[in-house]
Amino acid sequence: MVNQPVSAKLPAAPQGGAARKATKIAVRNLNFYYGGFHAIKDVNVEILENTVTAFIGPSGCGKSTLLRVFNRIYDLYPGHRAEGEVILDGEDIVAPKNYPGLRAKVGMVFQKPTPFPMSIYENIAFGIRLYERPSRSEMGDRVQQALVSAGLWHEVKEKLHQSALTLSGGQQQRLCIARALAIHPEVLLLDEPCSALDPISTANIEELIFQAKETCTLIMVTHNMQQAARASEYTAFMLDGRLIEYAETSQIFTRPSDRRTEDYITGRFG
Amino acid sequence: MIGVVARRRAIDVATKLLMGAATLVGIFFLLWILWTTLRFGVAGLHWDLFTKDTPPPGTNSFGLRNAFVGSLILLGLSLLMGVPVGLMAGTWLAEYGFNSRIANAVRFINDIMLSAPSIEIGLFAYAIMVAPMGHFSALSGSLALAVLMVPIIVRTTDEMLSLVTGDMREAAIALGAPKSVVITRVTWVAARAGILTGILIGLARISGETAPLLFTVLNNQYFSTDIMRPMANIPYVIFQFALSPYTNWQQMAWAAAFITVVFVLMLSVLARFFLGRVQVQK
Repeated sequence: MVNQPVSAKLPAAPQGGAARKATKIAVRNLNFYYGGFHAIKDVNVEILENTVTAFIGPSGCGKSTLLRVFNRIYDLYPGHRAEGEVILDGEDIVAPKNYPGLRAKVGMVFQKPTPFPMSIYENIAFGIRLYERPSRSEMGDRVQQALVSAGLWHEVKEKLHQSALTLSGGQQQRLCIARALAIHPEVLLLDEPCSALDPISTANIEELIFQAKETCTLIMVTHNMQQAARASEYTAFMLDGRLIEYAETSQIFTRPSDRRTEDYITGRFG
Repeated sequence: MIGVVARRRAIDVATKLLMGAATLVGIFFLLWILWTTLRFGVAGLHWDLFTKDTPPPGTNSFGLRNAFVGSLILLGLSLLMGVPVGLMAGTWLAEYGFNSRIANAVRFINDIMLSAPSIEIGLFAYAIMVAPMGHFSALSGSLALAVLMVPIIVRTTDEMLSLVTGDMREAAIALGAPKSVVITRVTWVAARAGILTGILIGLARISGETAPLLFTVLNNQYFSTDIMRPMANIPYVIFQFALSPYTNWQQMAWAAAFITVVFVLMLSVLARFFLGRVQVQK
């Protein structure tokens, strides 16, 4: 398997020299509609376990929409409709009317930090309480563990019971990641998690992403190509709702096989 | 060119003068009313107002304890009836109704209710409660006040919940929270300052309402906490005593009016305070 171009039609596993990991999510012939607008067109892609996969592409290319299929958050809105298959651990998550437990398994972090209007402690405990009833001391441990894993513990341990809204933007975003990680998701979706943050906060979060892949499969949408290059192992390039190219990140950024990918990463459009 | 500029400047000055004059007229009457209330009200203040019940007319004694307690009971009952209905309806509009036809129809009717004359609401309570029961009661008065209050709470709850970002809702849903938890633990909490403001404004609105009480609660010279019977209350006392020929009753009407104004002012200041916190969060 040496550098052959990837077909976006066939089950698109990333190509490259590294030993191939197990498939966590397989997307097959996925189409997505916002009412009459066809936002994702026949996308096939395989996401590998315990890796970071970045989706890049110009605004409106469908990358965020694709992310929103993985936890079915589009269900909230009437008229949003997915067709095709998204196989998570061997089970299709798109076809069934309900998929209980999906959102415990697939966490999400949004572009803007979304702390809830409660204390730092309660922000983390909120998610845990949805699934478990740990004792007080156990909950304390879980909250600490989540904050430690998000690299936030030392900054907030003195003010756990203060409002989360008092934190800086970067801290809020790490809190949201901690909140998502606290319920031990298997997949974590990151929708431009650093676009509202300064460079130091961004570096913190990229570090966090790097660590999280030990336990988690991460899928990240980003506008920032340096970030995709730094933080991800696989990169998918999307354009007008289609998957154009999908490969190891180093290959996408050094030897893209599609002209459009090359034009995009060299800044000719988008 | 110069002619145009001069004309515009003249229009500008004239408009400003007119606006200033209009403002002065408004403020002048407001201050006059406040000053009169303050002058006669403070003069009528007496410790006995809070500790004794309605005295006989024409004597030198004072007492509004029964009316204060009655008004507090009336307001409390109205809150008990009005807040849940208003909160639920406003929540439905913002969290489930969105911009559907039925939600917009409900909003339209609610806006009509907002400006409904309070005397009509009093008649409504009379027709559905007082007439069938055969006698006046505090409960029917609270119902009338609650009906006046609900549209205000519905409107503010709807608007304040709509200000909560969709991102926050999505974030809670993305954690796997059911909608009931998202509403009660996240969006209500996020909008709590605004919702509370609406409730306070509603309370301020009904505090001085007299017309709906005329057909419903009536009045009571004696201390009573029986909500199925007529009950003393401040607005009615002001209405009745101010028109009476007895000096001590007239003084008490002024004092009661003054205390009502202070109460409403406090509610408004409190509402402002909470509203300020809403804006800080943005």
